[in-house]
Amino acid sequence: MRYALLIWDEEKRQNEMTEEEGQAQMSGYMSFGEEMGGRGVLQGGERLHPTPATTTVRVRDGEVLTSDGPFAETKEQMAGFYLVDCKDLDEAIEVASKIPGAAFGSIEVRPIWEM
Amino acid sequence: MVDQVEATVARAFREEWGRVVATLIRTTGDWDLAEESTQDAFARALERWPRDGVPANPGAWLTTTARNRAIDRLRRAQTGAEKAREAAMLEPDDELAALDDSGVTDDRLRLIFTCCHPALSVEAQVALTLRTLAGLTTGEIAHAFLVPEATMAQRLVRAKRKIHDAGIPYRVPPAHLLPERTTAVLAVLYLLFNEGYVASSGAELVRTDLATEAIRLARTLTELMPDEPEAAALLALMLIHHARRTGRVDAAGELVPLEEQDRATWDPAMIAEGQEQLDRALRRQRPGPYQVQAAIAACHATAPTAGDTDWHEIALLYAELLRMTGSPVVELNRAVAVAMADGPDAGLVVADGVADQLDGYQYLHSTRADMLRRLGRRDESAAAYTRALELSTVAAERRYLERRLAEVTGQSTAQPL
Repeated sequence: MRYALLIWDEEKRQNEMTEEEGQAQMSGYMSFGEEMGGRGVLQGGERLHPTPATTTVRVRDGEVLTSDGPFAETKEQMAGFYLVDCKDLDEAIEVASKIPGAAFGSIEVRPIWEM
Repeated sequence: MVDQVEATVARAFREEWGRVVATLIRTTGDWDLAEESTQDAFARALERWPRDGVPANPGAWLTTTARNRAIDRLRRAQTGAEKAREAAMLEPDDELAALDDSGVTDDRLRLIFTCCHPALSVEAQVALTLRTLAGLTTGEIAHAFLVPEATMAQRLVRAKRKIHDAGIPYRVPPAHLLPERTTAVLAVLYLLFNEGYVASSGAELVRTDLATEAIRLARTLTELMPDEPEAAALLALMLIHHARRTGRVDAAGELVPLEEQDRATWDPAMIAEGQEQLDRALRRQRPGPYQVQAAIAACHATAPTAGDTDWHEIALLYAELLRMTGSPVVELNRAVAVAMADGPDAGLVVADGVADQLDGYQYLHSTRADMLRRLGRRDESAAAYTRALELSTVAAERRYLERRLAEVTGQSTAQPL
């Protein structure tokens, strides 16, 4: 089964990181990618720019409405995601628990709606 | 004759429902289909058994009948996906069983681990366990938890949908997940028992049917996991508590404190069985929190009179339990034991140590109130009883607290100010 692993974290915490902390985090993600790539579960994944770079788009009565910022103000923001192919939810949970961000923020495990 | 057959079907229902549903879920992968087909099989048993006689192996008869009903239902549906499932069902059964990496093949064990998967809400875990494993109807479960039947039906539908959509596996967890997941299963059964034992709200103090179901499920679990000492210990704990159920509430529905209970009302056979299960668990020499709790319950249940209770031993057991769980509620219980062993002043010191952490917990205040009352500190005692009353929602407990409060305030107002 395929799952999207959505990484939620406080941008505030990311912004306040020292350079060393940032580098440690980066290398954590590198080795996560290597491990999961080697295991064959990783299908994709990206880091996202923080919410100040976000634009929300709606179409109402045929008109495109744009606004600055994310759809909802929340304590944690989506910081990135992975697309994984796992045997079942137990494996997806195990993979999610190894994402470095899980130790600070939270990982949302969402099954992919297969067509 | 017909009555006898009906009784046989009823007994088969209790004994075989979970097993048949569990097997059908594995072979069809469809929880609703499994339940419906099992229901059909029992209906057919009621129809056939009076005429043809009860089969030699009712469980096998029911499983085969339910399986055939499932195939019929799938044939009638005639969609591509269902045809594929039908084909899968016709494959030899042992092949599927061999896919399991745990080496355990009883389907009920897969079922209970899936029902108690931590990705489901605790409410959903409890409801699913009662519906699929114990065979209670949605109406019965709704009644037990004092929610409308539609709410419970919705809860079950959502839980089953999540199992399917999120890919919650139908299997006994592999070794590295087993301890943690077994703890989750035990917690669900204990919660179920406690819900039956002390109704968390409402007028009834003991809901025997829920407690009985929890005991039945715990017994099944000890049969399925004979090497797990905590499963046997949980069964022991439930049996010993349940043995005292009639002594806990008097004829007027009032709560009777342990030291005032009539020990002649306790069920000695059930206590003995609990003790036996506990001994079985302890022989494994792998200590755990349920073994300590059962040992504490056994200390109480085997004392001939309240005065004979070995409070020193109980205080030591609570200290051990505290070490395992780190729970302030356990420390509060230790405070009670210390008060009994060494006097209320010693107990109060322990209780005050967790007072900040447990300020919103009714039993902190009622426990402190009792100790203060014994020490003759009536004003402080009255204040603590009042605080406990503010937090209590169970009618019988409230009446008990009100009685005590009247006692301490009554005596203090009799004194000149």
